[in-house]
Amino acid sequence: MNPVRLIGRAALSLTRWIGAVALFTARGLFRLRPFYGRAFAAQLVQIGWLSLPVVGLTALFTGAALALQIHSGGARFQASDVVPAIVAIGMVRELGPVLGGLMVAARVASSIAAEIGTMKVTEQIDALVTLSTDPMRWLVTPRLWAAMLTVPVLVGVGDIIGILGGWLVGTQSLGFNSTAYLANSAAYLERWDVVSGLLKGAVFGLIVAVCGCWFGIRSGRGAAGVGRATKSAVVAAAVGILAANFVLTGLFFE
Amino acid sequence: MIRVQGLHKSFGGKPVLAGVDLAVGRGESLCVIGQSGTGKSVLLKCVLGLIAPDGGQILWQGRPLEGGARPAFLARFGMLFQGAALFDSLTVWQNVAFRLRQRMPDAQARAIAVEKLARVGLGPETAGLMPAELSGGMAKRVGLARAIADDPEVIFFDEPTTGLDPIRARRINALIRGIVTETGATAITITHDMDSVRAIGDRVALLQDGRIAWDGPVSGMDHAAPLAGFLGNTPPL
Repeated sequence: MNPVRLIGRAALSLTRWIGAVALFTARGLFRLRPFYGRAFAAQLVQIGWLSLPVVGLTALFTGAALALQIHSGGARFQASDVVPAIVAIGMVRELGPVLGGLMVAARVASSIAAEIGTMKVTEQIDALVTLSTDPMRWLVTPRLWAAMLTVPVLVGVGDIIGILGGWLVGTQSLGFNSTAYLANSAAYLERWDVVSGLLKGAVFGLIVAVCGCWFGIRSGRGAAGVGRATKSAVVAAAVGILAANFVLTGLFFE
Repeated sequence: MIRVQGLHKSFGGKPVLAGVDLAVGRGESLCVIGQSGTGKSVLLKCVLGLIAPDGGQILWQGRPLEGGARPAFLARFGMLFQGAALFDSLTVWQNVAFRLRQRMPDAQARAIAVEKLARVGLGPETAGLMPAELSGGMAKRVGLARAIADDPEVIFFDEPTTGLDPIRARRINALIRGIVTETGATAITITHDMDSVRAIGDRVALLQDGRIAWDGPVSGMDHAAPLAGFLGNTPPL
């Protein structure tokens, strides 16, 4: 086939896919009536509360490792004192949202895709339709809103735990004074650093839930189909988070 | 009550339904039989609106089932799926009362669910179980209770005895026949189990090569030539 035609066909296919995902997201976000409050509350727990341990641990170790890296790297140009400020800014602006988002992607996108995919394979989605219930409103809308609202909270908690991880290493093994460390962390942190991180969290949450729902609903037949849907959801969510992070960082800080 | 006219459906260019004409009257129990892969479930899904047909139409009480007519139709029927299709994340009573909970308080919906569970032979102790805790036969019963929870006018049964041993299959057949007779509901059953046909049906239609090859009373099927091959392994009672 003509290479130009091949590229054109791929571009059209990609555009169609992006359009379909955008429409799916819009339908999921704005088809609010009837709103299934119980399903939404269950998703707040599933996506938010149950992700807290993995996000917290990731943030703790990342903050701790970051403190060690900044201290040893900064020593090359006599800048070891900036550990508290760099850990705080790095966690809040970049590592908190991105690593938190990736951990939620691994836990939640896979779980949503597997659950919805299994529901499709076992005709539970057909059963919803026959029970006069729109699967978009019952399955997708609660997940999208729950993820969009809880991931920023997870990011916020992760930021605090990450900074505490840095503080722990800083005070226990790098010789920093506890009060001075915390004061330095707060002094260099600006409100926009925190807000931008939380906004990133909301976008990453939406990406995670959209990927889980999209691939789950389009899952193929049988266990293999559900497995492929789960894998695709996690990969797409992870890549989507990293790409969105680049775009948002450009928008927020350039 | 329900009439299917000239229904066509193809998948990947291969016709599955090639002009199906079928009608079922109020209070009648129709069984649609056919070998695996003949499009029985596709026909059912087209009627339910789960699959869009390529051509033909479906009439409900003389009016085409399109657009605004479908929600009203959906509200009046119940469906027992082949694998029961119970929602994994909900308890048994929440499954049975799924539609009821959208318009009445939980306590009232639960009371109706427990009553329907009793109708299918399950005690109140099953109400709080999760679907994963049920045997295949119990799951079918719960699916049946969900199908009749809202006192439907039409009940669809998709392979109601698939996956059950002969004893449990006979029990499910007897339950379905009892419920259909008792409620006066119209029943449409998709099956390839001739014991189910004899137990449940008033009328039987054979789907073959994408069309209805034979349509007549259950009492006449043993002498119907088009059914001879299909009945080959099932001697008449």
